[in-house]
Amino acid sequence: MPKWADVLLVPLFSLVIAFAISALVILAIGEDPIRAMELMVTGSLGSTYGWGYTLYYTTNFLLTGLAVSIAFQAKLFNIGGEGQALIGGLGVALVCLFVPWPNWWTAMIGAILASAVFGALWAAIPAYLQARRGSHIVITTIMFNFIAASVLNYMLSHVLRPPASMDPATARFASELRLPRLADVLEPFGIAFSRSGPANVMLFVALAFCVLAYVMMSRTKLGFEIRAFGQSEPAAHYAGISAFRIIMIAMLISGALSGVMAVNSVMGGPQRLVMNAVEGAGFIGIAVALMGRSHPIGIIAPALLFGFLFQGGSELAIETTIPREMIVIIQALVIMFTGALDNLVRQPLEAMFALGRRKS
Amino acid sequence: MDLATIVQILESTLRLATPLLFTCLAGLFSERAGIFDIGLEGKLLVAAFFSAAFAFYTGSAWLGLLAGIAASVVFALIHGFASITFRGNQLISGVAINFLAAGMTVVVAQSLFHQGGRTPPLSGNARFERIDLPFADALRDVPVIGPLYSNVLSGNSVLVYLGLLAVPLTWWVLYRTRFGLRLRAVGENPAAVDTAGVSVVRMRYYAVIIAGVLCGIGGAYLSTSLAAGFVKDMSAGRGYIALAALIFAKWRPWQSLVAVLLFGMLEAIANRWPNLDLGLITLPNQFMAALPYILTVVILAGFVGKAIPPRAGGEPYVKER
Repeated sequence: MPKWADVLLVPLFSLVIAFAISALVILAIGEDPIRAMELMVTGSLGSTYGWGYTLYYTTNFLLTGLAVSIAFQAKLFNIGGEGQALIGGLGVALVCLFVPWPNWWTAMIGAILASAVFGALWAAIPAYLQARRGSHIVITTIMFNFIAASVLNYMLSHVLRPPASMDPATARFASELRLPRLADVLEPFGIAFSRSGPANVMLFVALAFCVLAYVMMSRTKLGFEIRAFGQSEPAAHYAGISAFRIIMIAMLISGALSGVMAVNSVMGGPQRLVMNAVEGAGFIGIAVALMGRSHPIGIIAPALLFGFLFQGGSELAIETTIPREMIVIIQALVIMFTGALDNLVRQPLEAMFALGRRKS
Repeated sequence: MDLATIVQILESTLRLATPLLFTCLAGLFSERAGIFDIGLEGKLLVAAFFSAAFAFYTGSAWLGLLAGIAASVVFALIHGFASITFRGNQLISGVAINFLAAGMTVVVAQSLFHQGGRTPPLSGNARFERIDLPFADALRDVPVIGPLYSNVLSGNSVLVYLGLLAVPLTWWVLYRTRFGLRLRAVGENPAAVDTAGVSVVRMRYYAVIIAGVLCGIGGAYLSTSLAAGFVKDMSAGRGYIALAALIFAKWRPWQSLVAVLLFGMLEAIANRWPNLDLGLITLPNQFMAALPYILTVVILAGFVGKAIPPRAGGEPYVKER
């Protein structure tokens, strides 16, 4: 099978199957799938208001998708993006609350660094245990998700909660630290954009990270070593690549990227740290990375797709009786067909291409 | 702390440990046969929903139990289909199953009951009644043994006793039957089993189906015994705690019982004292909630005895040609 078919057709066919099954589910609960699709498209892409939310979610998924991808390239399955992002959010809240930043962009850089360090540290323990003690990284990162939720719950309800407040959340950050939204960015160019959508400058930061990650993975020695290790550990070993070093570096980068996601969802979103700041984005990163074949540029389209699904799903929940969880089903099906049932889609396609070649 | 408090804690330990026990034994069968099962959580959740929904419609907890088992087995078969037949990544399949359950239960519940993803509360025969063991009343006044027998052991749902019976049964099946030997062998060295003329694929499907049945009972217990009806995300990470217990027990049945009782007790203590005052320090309930996971990481790290998973776990079996 040619490479373009592998990269494009296999995810596309998987997506079509996932959507078809979702449509059947919608039919089964007595709603109209075509009207549902129309509502999702108009709700997420039909206005700059919709785009403001779609691109906000896209930013989250770009960063978590990138995080999962880098780990996948080293054949490490980091399910811990959720926990790393939660702890990254703690880093964002701490620097935003306790450092007197002069303006938004110094604060943003500070928050990116803090969240990256916090996220990376949270990934470091499972990474070390995998590299040195052989503890399965999937299990340890799952465990660390739950530990992270407990840590955050404790910090928000006992330490960072303002005395007068009842709900477990930090105080609101200073208003100067508000990240410029897309409306502010696009205004100088004379483009009118809705002010209510939370999409902000972090979108460009996330895209820049994708490009940086692409350069790192395909143009540097480190990237080559990570990919070599992921392709074949014994071969990497014979080439003198240290397994310990690659596991640690890949997981630290992965954790850092998951952590940075919180800058968007905390500073760019509600302007304070709340319990569900991550909203499952760490897990959606898995679906995004699988669809994008773990390629730093390849994940951009799936991240946008899930941004669209996330925003469209909320609109759907408002307009119809289809609950928001419908997109969790779509997400599950995408993970299933692009990740686990890959062969189901790939084998018929390969057979088709083989048939075509024989005829010509 | 007096005896009455201890009895109370033990009573709720046993109740909270039961869903963990079924789920942990489910994972035991699956992983001993070489199929990693991250999807325990999803199977538990889907079973909890379908049991509650069927119990509500039929008014019978037993029919609910059957529906829960059926739903869980369907999910188990999806996992088997992806990871055995199509040799896909078992971990990714498990993750997908968990999300499928989380989404599916709420969407279906909403469309059937319109109560924000829950079932109506169950009552009467739609729940499993508590059964009193023989002599529970007669022994009640005997010091120490009386309260332990009459209050802790007696007066539980029939599923609790089924769970306690499942432990020796699992041990017997795994270690004393030909089926169990083959099942453990496909988890360690599938090629050898294949050479002996036993189908690896069939053995693994059996294991996955048994796991589905056990998760089904655990899920039914959640929604028709422990609680009175289904609420959104009611498995609340129990599938992962069971996975943790399985590692804690190093994939062995009796040790699984000990592990789930330990984790059940942690939950019971956290429920009883949200902030545990130990004199020198006060442990917040968040710490108690995280403790099973922390303990599992410590065990996995091999600092307290090494946890070695079945050797062929996670590897799809490919026959050499």
